[in-house]
Amino acid sequence: MSEVIVITSGKGGVGKTTTTANIGTGLALSGKKTVLIDTDIGLRNLDVVMGLENRIVYDLVDVVEGNCRVKQALIKDKRFEGLYLLPAAQTRDKTAVAPQQMMKLCDELREEFDYILIDCPAGIEQGFKNAIAGADKAIVVTTPEVSAVRDADRIIGLLEANEIRNPKLLINRMRVDMVKRGDMMSIDDIIDILAIGLIGVVPDDEKIVVSTNRGEPAITDERSLAGQAYRNVVRRIKGEDVPFMTFDTEQGFMTKLKKLFGLKAN
Amino acid sequence: MLLDLSKIFGKPKNSKDVAKERLKLVLIHDRANVSPQFLEMLKSEIIKVITNYMDVDESALEIQLTRTKSDDGESVVPALYANIPIKNIRNSGK
Repeated sequence: MSEVIVITSGKGGVGKTTTTANIGTGLALSGKKTVLIDTDIGLRNLDVVMGLENRIVYDLVDVVEGNCRVKQALIKDKRFEGLYLLPAAQTRDKTAVAPQQMMKLCDELREEFDYILIDCPAGIEQGFKNAIAGADKAIVVTTPEVSAVRDADRIIGLLEANEIRNPKLLINRMRVDMVKRGDMMSIDDIIDILAIGLIGVVPDDEKIVVSTNRGEPAITDERSLAGQAYRNVVRRIKGEDVPFMTFDTEQGFMTKLKKLFGLKAN
Repeated sequence: MLLDLSKIFGKPKNSKDVAKERLKLVLIHDRANVSPQFLEMLKSEIIKVITNYMDVDESALEIQLTRTKSDDGESVVPALYANIPIKNIRNSGK
């Protein structure tokens, strides 16, 4: 009963690769044999985010062109039992792979793995079509900005047109302080607009930058709020019912005072 | 209370409300991957039928294609929203 999940967004730079790395690591840590496929041919990055860039021998294009066997191209992550990466080619473009080849590859990997996570490139062209071809489920990553939400809406439409039902939303880089002062769309605002189910809310967290610098997924950091949010996403993927974090920080003296005098509406 | 005060003093809207409003509008166009002519045709047909039964404010008639959650809340389904202001209902019902 393996699952192929594509992580997509439409807009670039919203955190697809970081999300793929963290969820994949989390699934492996929870005992599930997991493979991450980078489908961003020509602009690969999942390898550096995972800290595995020095171990690439073969890539996705080598596999589909038959230059090597799938097992030869899989990089085993020595830090996490059961975690593997299939890197994208860097010197080719998206047309080097066709959707049918991706479907065949995913089916082959199903025999070996519990979870197959596909890191989708930005855009809605060939790279997107390849990434979703073999997927059973989709996670749509967005941030609380008009551009990212608009693109997420387009992606949701395209996923449903391609019969990937009930995509789940992951809202990334949420800032509670900005939501509170009315300068950022809230979780409810975004859900209201996109009308799909939520799988996680990841707060904006400096630790993500630090962990990416080091090539160590933040999900392994016990003190990282983003890491905690990703751990919750992993549990939800595995079917657990986990309440959503509120990220409420300790209320300051002034906030309490204002509340006392009824100066704050909520 | 805060809301009322801000209205009196003409305080600008929260930027997130501006964002949400702009998004909703732009998504209506994005989602309606049908031509404006199609919507105009639909609109005039609806008016034709409905004026047999009641007087409506044709200039204020709004029609849009959008999406909504299905009844079971599990999936998203396309929806046609029409906002038709009624001026008067005819007696004959013809």
